[in-house]
Amino acid sequence: MVILNENKQALLEIQGLRKMYGSAAPVLDDINLSINKGEAVVVLGPSGCGKSTLLRCLNGLESVQGGDIKFSGKSLTGKDVSWQEIRQKIGMVFQSYDLFPHMTVMENIILGPVKVQKRQEKEVLEQAAQLLDRVGLLNKKDVYPRQLSGGQKQRIAIVRALCMNPEIMLFDEVTAALDPEMVREVLDVILGLAKQGMTMLIVTHEMGFAKAVADRIVFIDSGKICEVAKPDEFFTNPKTERAKQFLNIFQY
Amino acid sequence: MAINWDFIISVLPLYEKAAWLTLKLAFGGIVASLLIGLLCSIILYQRTKGLKWLVKAYIELSRNTPLLIQLFFLYYGLAKVGVKLSEQTCAVVGLAFLGGSYMAESFRGGIESVSKSQIELGLSIGLSKMQLMRYVILPQAFSVTIPSLGANCIFLLKETSIVGAIAIADLMHVTQDLIGMYYQTFEALLILVIAYLIMILPLSVLLTWLERKVRYAEFGN
Amino acid sequence: MLSSGINVLAEGSNMERLLKGLLVTAQIAFVSIIISSFLGIAFGLVMTTKSKVIRLLSRFYLEAFRIIPILVWLFLVYFGITNMFDIHLEGEIVAILVFSLWGAAEMGDIVRGALESLPKHQQESGKALGLSLLQLYRFVLIPQAIRRMLPGAINLSTRMVKTTSLVVMIGVIDIVKVGQQIIEVSSLKVPTASFWIYGLIFVFYFIICYPLSAFSKKLETKWES
Repeated sequence: MVILNENKQALLEIQGLRKMYGSAAPVLDDINLSINKGEAVVVLGPSGCGKSTLLRCLNGLESVQGGDIKFSGKSLTGKDVSWQEIRQKIGMVFQSYDLFPHMTVMENIILGPVKVQKRQEKEVLEQAAQLLDRVGLLNKKDVYPRQLSGGQKQRIAIVRALCMNPEIMLFDEVTAALDPEMVREVLDVILGLAKQGMTMLIVTHEMGFAKAVADRIVFIDSGKICEVAKPDEFFTNPKTERAKQFLNIFQY
Repeated sequence: MAINWDFIISVLPLYEKAAWLTLKLAFGGIVASLLIGLLCSIILYQRTKGLKWLVKAYIELSRNTPLLIQLFFLYYGLAKVGVKLSEQTCAVVGLAFLGGSYMAESFRGGIESVSKSQIELGLSIGLSKMQLMRYVILPQAFSVTIPSLGANCIFLLKETSIVGAIAIADLMHVTQDLIGMYYQTFEALLILVIAYLIMILPLSVLLTWLERKVRYAEFGN
Repeated sequence: MLSSGINVLAEGSNMERLLKGLLVTAQIAFVSIIISSFLGIAFGLVMTTKSKVIRLLSRFYLEAFRIIPILVWLFLVYFGITNMFDIHLEGEIVAILVFSLWGAAEMGDIVRGALESLPKHQQESGKALGLSLLQLYRFVLIPQAIRRMLPGAINLSTRMVKTTSLVVMIGVIDIVKVGQQIIEVSSLKVPTASFWIYGLIFVFYFIICYPLSAFSKKLETKWES
């Protein structure tokens, strides 16, 4: 299924994306997806369906065997793609709330902007402080990661990615490894970002959250896009068999 | 059994001189092997095309052959094909050749101990390969590498006991001479053991302390 | 000049004598490895004991071999025992003795490390299934312990093979000594003999040790997955 949007310029265009490991069956098969500026797209699907791999392809952490990815019109699948530059514009937050253990929170956040983007440290410190304040962790700026909880670390990971001023944020099951009490605080941050108009692609298992944050739901199964719909439609009236089966898993 | 203390006292200067020589050669070998090891691991990290295989071959060759043979080959073998090296140079070259691969393995172990997610993290904020090495990998590899490097240093210091075979007046050589000349076997061996204890025991204790400190830091993380 | 030297390897009974010397080396290594494996396993079990005294003594024994270089030990036993007890021990016997004691100490530590690294819950789940202590050891603990021991054990064996090169220093007619004898005899006719002979010995050691370490690496990667 292809969703085309002739009115707005798509920020990210994925065309016929194919990903395989060796000669095994493709992990991703003919993925077509357009993401517009300001859109929050949530990717749902059973385990192993390839949704994390999709995100990792967009970030250059995985290679692509077929198809194309266009970011602001420029192809990301060519030979001379400078991933260093691209990754400054595509922010990613991982499931493992890894921060650099040998640096304080603040040092973690300013590393990218200062060393990669070569920005003035003073300006970055100000921005970092603002962002930390918004997630309620300004008082932890000089603390080492080992003294923080999973939820706190994940929120700081989001701040770190935001400080690079990306054009699009990728969230890869960021709450999957967290204790239930901490999931909410992280999802609230993402919800806030979405309301402010950040373009994002989110992979998650949290259905309630998906419903609240998504402009569109993309359902992937076995590496193929099965169904694309607005959240209300998807959750109340899924059109495909697979989607129905998937949603049933969450009903007891 | 009476210990001939006079003999011991009379030969102490000889042993002292030999011990200093041993330390000097070990030091030279250690520094050279650290440099070689560092160079090798950078080449392996950057995956430089032709050099990568050369480095791998070097590491396998030096780890699977004894130092004694390496020394004999350097000192006696090369001399006959025109490359004449002094005994001390041979010793340092031999130690460096052997030690370099051990140091390279230590560095590699340290680099590999940094988890994949840390590396992906660094990459995803746009760090270059060298920046990744400098800001993410090295600081974290440090704690794993240092004990390993320390163990290698002690290993190389022990290996210097072999250089006596190519006519260097080190501790082993002095001991052999004295036993041969004066038959004061027990005394000669006694000083030999004490000399090595003095040189190596403190380092070994230091290394154990270092390992314990590192393990604490790891768990603190 | 250089190319004519390689003939020294093919001359007369040189190769045959070198291989005989290699056999001596191999024998020493082989016997020592076997003895230290058995002693080592026994020693390793001993080292897991709770008794502080035994652990301290074991530690002492291990460190003695780790701090004093092996060549020094060879000297100590070869010259020292002769001197103190008026017996003359053959270099080969001394070598096997020292190597076995060294190997047993190192092997013991490897075994201890392997046993202590086994997750405790394995024992608990085994017991929960109703396994007897013997069955527990046989089906659960020992197979896992062997996996953890093998790389270290192979590494130790490789190190022991390399260290056998030192026995020439205590008068054993091993491959190195034979090589030196050949060089002495040939050096007038073939000046580059030492290059080729030592080169060959270098290659021999590599041929023996490399397969061992490559095998060990292969096992490690195979068991990792």
